[in-house]
Amino acid sequence: MTRPARLIPMLVAVAILAVACETTDPSPTATQTTTGPTDGLLSTIQDRGNLVCGVNGGLPGFSFLEQGTGAWSGFDVDFCRAIAAAVFGDADAVEYRALSADDRGPALQAREIDVLIRNTTWTVSRDGQWGNFGPTTFYDGQGMMVTAASGATSLEDLAGATICVQSGTTTELNLTDQMRALGVNFEPQVFGDIDATYDAYSQGRCDAVTSDRSQLVARRTTFTNPNEHLLLDVVMSKEPLGPVAPLGDDGWFGVVKWVVFATFEAEEKGVTSQNVTQMRDTNEDPVVRRLLGAEGELGALLGLENDWVVDVISAVGNYAEIYDRNLGPNTPFNLDRGPNRQWTDGGLLYAPPYR
Amino acid sequence: MTAEGERWLPPPDMSLGRRAWLRQNLFNSWWSSVVTVALGALLLWATVRIGAWAISEARWGVVTANLRLFLVGLYPADQVWRVWLGLTGLSVLGGVAAAVYRGGAVRTLAFWLAASQVLLAGLAAVSELGLVAALALLLNVGATWAAWAAARRLPIAGRALAAAWLVYLVLALILLAGVGGPLPVVGTNVWGGLLLTFLLAVAGIILSFPIGVLLALGRRSDLPAVRVFSTAFIEVVRGVPLVTILFMAAIMLPLFLPGEIRVEHVIRATAGITLFSAAYVAENVRGGLQAIPSGQYEAAHAIGLNAVQTNLHIILPQALRSVIPANVGLFISLLKDTTLVTIGAGLLEILGIGRAVLAQPEWFGAQMEVYLFIAAVFFVLSYTLSQASYRLEAALGVGKR
Repeated sequence: MTRPARLIPMLVAVAILAVACETTDPSPTATQTTTGPTDGLLSTIQDRGNLVCGVNGGLPGFSFLEQGTGAWSGFDVDFCRAIAAAVFGDADAVEYRALSADDRGPALQAREIDVLIRNTTWTVSRDGQWGNFGPTTFYDGQGMMVTAASGATSLEDLAGATICVQSGTTTELNLTDQMRALGVNFEPQVFGDIDATYDAYSQGRCDAVTSDRSQLVARRTTFTNPNEHLLLDVVMSKEPLGPVAPLGDDGWFGVVKWVVFATFEAEEKGVTSQNVTQMRDTNEDPVVRRLLGAEGELGALLGLENDWVVDVISAVGNYAEIYDRNLGPNTPFNLDRGPNRQWTDGGLLYAPPYR
Repeated sequence: MTAEGERWLPPPDMSLGRRAWLRQNLFNSWWSSVVTVALGALLLWATVRIGAWAISEARWGVVTANLRLFLVGLYPADQVWRVWLGLTGLSVLGGVAAAVYRGGAVRTLAFWLAASQVLLAGLAAVSELGLVAALALLLNVGATWAAWAAARRLPIAGRALAAAWLVYLVLALILLAGVGGPLPVVGTNVWGGLLLTFLLAVAGIILSFPIGVLLALGRRSDLPAVRVFSTAFIEVVRGVPLVTILFMAAIMLPLFLPGEIRVEHVIRATAGITLFSAAYVAENVRGGLQAIPSGQYEAAHAIGLNAVQTNLHIILPQALRSVIPANVGLFISLLKDTTLVTIGAGLLEILGIGRAVLAQPEWFGAQMEVYLFIAAVFFVLSYTLSQASYRLEAALGVGKR
């Protein structure tokens, strides 16, 4: 019934199937061979002309499509832009890829993305399997929000309470661990979807809701009476969130690392997007002069232009500017910087010397 | 045989009119009246509640303030005219086709294309896109009508029109993707929203149909290699969830390609969707092929037709006609499955856009509004497809012969 002419599309399909079948082979791909400095990811990215940045794509304050301009915006997005500014001098040379929690690891392993900046907690297993974690850009921690009416001020006060939590997250596991350690009995109310979790809480179906503190604060702003809800003064877990570069490319990892450090250092030295060019030209502090490329040849060590920090800071600003723009007092979140302060202010942000 | 009067059924109630209809269908006994009243009250209550919510509480601003994102995704704002122009081409050709193909299916498609543009124009007028976009959409509707009216008076051959469609498809893709110069390149990675949903669905439907037919013929072929391959392909693809195929295409593919080769995600997603639905089309078509009595083959042989001619002129026309409802059902589900391309590839089709929009600080908690809007869009698209299929069935006399 089938003539030779019919065979050609068939053969094409065979070829496609062969590829499709091959892709089912679960070969270990986490450890790719190290590439030399000449054919590293940095030069690949430079040749390609844009940075592929994996983001969440739907996390308030961190990555979302801005109303009006329709452009990507948020805390994580600004770090994508900072890296693009460092590499190309153009913060807009970014292709964003919205990834789900399950897709982000494989996407890194397959080098589908150049860097993952998607509120990803740094853990040892991810560090070993997914990629190299750069400096933490946001120190988060699991918190607990309660209704003011419940009168609870500590986790122990929640004995017998109903607590809303999202299923399948480390949040759920942390909650169980903590309460068991304290010997407090509670009733978990588990939801598959994060929106459903907060909806249930705001409708009074739970006495408390637990999630990352940044999220709790963000969500509280959306309740009809934010003052009727308060955050307990407990941090139930460590959630250091930061950029992740693919395994096996030290040169590119160095770039990602130092872009973040540069935003820290710029804040510490008072370099802002407003005064950065002026400071490069007039500042006498050798630390600032080296940072902004007015002195030394440090940019070349990373494979970047010598004044790459100027490009980064003029495009997105220093850490404080990035934080304030996305999460600070003038945003609906009004999130206290907490541990995300400079080490000189008692925070955890600490950039190694740029020299 | 003398039947006694009381054993006879009473004559059927032939009374006409609204009141009789009501009595017959809704109030024909006391319990049926109770059910009618109870359900009616429930329906009224739900309608009032939902209506009150939709009018007073719902924040529809989330849709109007982000309409461009929903329609075209991250397609650059100053280039969106290219999408409108592509739509104009589609409208004109749709109008011409409605006049040339006398069957009702194409006319239904053209009608719904025009009707949904009217709806969209209404939405655009109150949105960030403004009156200019609304006018452009209404002009498209006018273009459809004008093209239809003109084409009815002109002798246009079906073949010429088919060629025009092919040219249009190529031109539209060039228009959207750009070539540089006055038509700057717009990478497929920024195509999004309804535009991407529509393109993925259209490409998936157009490409998967012929592949599916070939696979169905292949599965019934006498050549063992072809038969084994077709069967294996169909069974493997049907045995795997679409999500898995898309995930493989989006994430695993680069592991097997040389580092320099980067296949566009839109193309990978299209390929994934196409291959997936081709396997299902193949099984639908095989069902149609099996329904053809062997006498048809014998008759074709008897008049000297070879295998290709037999299939093209005798078998497929009958087989494909009888599987229209099944295939259209498949295509509707393909349309809805395009929402899965967000997985792995992170393509922002209309649902992905919805997710990114919901994270805007201005619109926390507007899930209901966003998802209802997206549901409405999908309903219009799916309903259009199913209406067109009914017309196609009627025109081809499915179930009549």
